[in-house]
Parts: sequence; structure tokens; C-alpha cells
Amino acid sequence: MDVELMLKVYPFFVKAAWVTIQLSVLTTILGLICGSLGAAARLSRLRLFRIIGAAYVSFIRGTPALIQLFILYFGGPQVGIQLDAFEAGVIGLGVNIGAYMTETIRGAIIAIDKGQAEAARTLGMSRYQSMRYVILPQAARLMIRPLGVNINALIKGTALVAAISVIELTYTAQRYIGSTYKPFEMFLISGVLYMIIIYVTGRGIAWLDRKARIV
Amino acid sequence: MTEQKPFVDIRHAQKSYGALEVLKDISLQVHRGEIVAIIGPSGSGKSTLLRAINDLDPLSGGEVWLEDTQVNKTLPHRQYEKHINQVRQNIGMVFQHFNLFHHLTVRENITLAPKLLKGISDEEANKLAEEQLNKVGMIERIDYYPSQLSGGQKQRVAIARALAMKPKVMLFDEATSALDPELVEEVNQVMKALAEEHMTMIIVTHEMGFAESVCDRVLFMDQGVVVEEGPPEVMFRNPQNERTKNFLRKHLADANK
Repeated sequence: MDVELMLKVYPFFVKAAWVTIQLSVLTTILGLICGSLGAAARLSRLRLFRIIGAAYVSFIRGTPALIQLFILYFGGPQVGIQLDAFEAGVIGLGVNIGAYMTETIRGAIIAIDKGQAEAARTLGMSRYQSMRYVILPQAARLMIRPLGVNINALIKGTALVAAISVIELTYTAQRYIGSTYKPFEMFLISGVLYMIIIYVTGRGIAWLDRKARIV
Repeated sequence: MTEQKPFVDIRHAQKSYGALEVLKDISLQVHRGEIVAIIGPSGSGKSTLLRAINDLDPLSGGEVWLEDTQVNKTLPHRQYEKHINQVRQNIGMVFQHFNLFHHLTVRENITLAPKLLKGISDEEANKLAEEQLNKVGMIERIDYYPSQLSGGQKQRVAIARALAMKPKVMLFDEATSALDPELVEEVNQVMKALAEEHMTMIIVTHEMGFAESVCDRVLFMDQGVVVEEGPPEVMFRNPQNERTKNFLRKHLADANK
């Protein structure tokens, strides 16, 4: 193993890790937005919204994320959507993970005992008030860990955007392999950096989960 | 009883789940201050009838009236929501499984709805909570979470929560059925105290002793119909209908086991 080479190139990988972190954060935000809207649609009183929500989830979960990225980045310009690689990465991955988050959020909401909403409605609260003050505060606690699983998958999923040449951790490794012919060392640096990002995120999620526990 | 307009008026209530008819043309009038117990085997439709009163389980046919307001009006969705939320503020309900809000303290459980719906200040809400908790003997637990309470304590808090909305009528859906036997009495005491204040109450229960000592009238339901009704001393001592007799005999035998 060429440790000297690794020490020489690792600062470039740290820079690339920063891109991966940016991708992850923006994708998480977009995913949470899509997931909340998706869950609201799937739980809507209106059939049309439920159908739209279900279609979104089944399209995204039924096709490879890589194909979705390619449709957006390579197919987009054909229908007038011009995005640079980073933008396409964030939007593609965000909309993708949003479908999984839709199911996570919806699952947490329907896991709350029906009696909670019944008690709220019986006191005279509206559907909205019951959701806002009774169901969601309880469901939010339930969804922290499963959303953490989604975020974990999403961070690793950012490697896919190497395929549309965003210069993040995976792409950077490939690029240095081209000039050094040392795939083991290069992928190892990337892997370790992914692991650090995921470990720190995992600790953050666990901390949030502990903080949110009732009593 | 003097002739007056009924306070709660159920007219020809009918309810089906698919081909299964769970309520078959039931009419029930409850007067102000009256305490009515509904007894009967499980599956008899007694809980369904109770839950129809605040339209939690909407009827398939028939009408429910509270004073001069029809509860189960047919209205466009938005108008219905507005209407029913208004009506429900007048109808307190207590559930078998308490349904306290797990994420809120006892105090917050009681103040949430009055603050949201009546727009009262925090200070007024706190006073209200203290007043209601004093009534059910739970003031020492005001800052506890539901998970820190026993079943009986939870149910007393649930009663206080319902009372904080100043309802005109209280519905009890097997309020003591989920409790350990030694915790039943503390909840019964609270309900008795309410009865003494002449709260109008409709009580679905399996506690025959309680029904006999507290209620003005007892209904025996079976298979979606009211088989027999009357004052408790008649219903429990000298029921006329064969089905009532059988039910009470079986119930007594079970209770004595």
C-alpha cells in the first residue's frame, strides 16, 4: 500500500468530501420537503392527491436512481430543463429519497394510535389542529430513526452523481486512479471519508432521538 | 318525569357495516340531568350508539339532536367540519383506553383544547386545569406525563380534560373496563361526584353495581336493538324480558367467579 501517495493526495479528497457533504445536506432538505408533501398527499382526504402521491412513490421506487439521474441530466435538455451536474444531482437524489421519506413519514403518522385523533376530535379540534398539535408531535419522534436510515442511504447514494461527473468523493477517486493506477489506495481514502461522514451523522440522529424522547 | 323537550334525542338510529346491521331503528331520549346506563353483551351496538351521539361513528340513518341542534347534519365538507367541531365542544367523551395525549403533561392535556378553541389565556387555562384536577383529585400530578400515571389516574385526568371544555353532556364508553379491579373505584367515585352535580351522562358499562347505584335509567341492548329499559331497581331486580334475564344471570355468574 502506497501510504506516501495517500498522504499526498488526501487533501484533494477532503475537498471532495466537502462536496459530498453539501450534496447530502441539500438532498436531505429537498428530500424532507418532498417526503412531507408526499405523505400529506398520500394521507389526503382527496382521492386525486392520494393517487398522485402513490404514483410518485411507485415511480421512484420502481426505477433505479441512476436512471432517474440520467433522465434528468441527459434527458432534461431535450425538454428544456438545463441543469448543471451539481443541481441535477441534488434535485435527482432529493426527489428520489423524498419518495422513501414519504413512506417513512406516512408510516410514523399512521402508527399513532387512532384514539389520539379521536380524543382530539371529540374535544372539538379540527382535523388540522388534531394533526398539528396531537398527531405530528408524536409522529415526529417516531420518524427520527427511520429518517436516519433514509439519510444514511442518501449519503451513500450521492456516489451515484459521479456518473454525471460531479466532482465528489467517488468521482475524485476515479480521477486519481486515472493518473496513479492505484485503485486500492484511492477508493480506500474515499471509503474512510464516507465512513466518517456517516458516523457523525448517525451520532447526530441518535442524539436527536434521545432528546426527543418523552420522559 | 315532567314533560319537557329531551336534551339528547336519538331518533330512529340505524347503522350498517356492509350487510351487518349493528343498530336497528333505535330511539332514545335523555333529559337534562338524567343519567342513563347502556348495558349489553359485546357486539350489541352499545358503543356504536354512544359514538353516534357526537358523530364519531356516523349513523347510516336517523337523527341525533342535542337540544335544538341536529348533530349529524348533512352538509358540504367544510361546513360540516365547522358545525361538528362546534357541537363536539358541548359533548364530553371518556374512552375505555383513556386516550390521553402521550406527549403532553397532565396540565397540557387539559389546557390544549380550551386554549385552541376558546382562546383563553395561559393564566386562565392554568386555573381551569387546577380547578378540574382538584375535582378529580389529581392536582399533585399536574406536571406528570401520562406514562407516569396508573390507569385509574389516567382516566381521572381524561375526565378532567373532557370537563374542562364545560360540556353539556358526558359520554362514557366503558370507562373502567380497561382498569385493574382495584382501580375501578376511584374512577367510579369521580363519576358519582359528577352525577351529584346533575351532569347529564350516558354511560356504556359492564359495572352493574355502579349502574344500579348511580343511574336513573338502564337500557339493555342486544343485537342492535334496545331489548328492555327501565329504572335500575326494575332492570336489575325484576327484568321482564328473557334476554335481559339471561344476560344478567350470566353476568352475575361471571362476576362471582
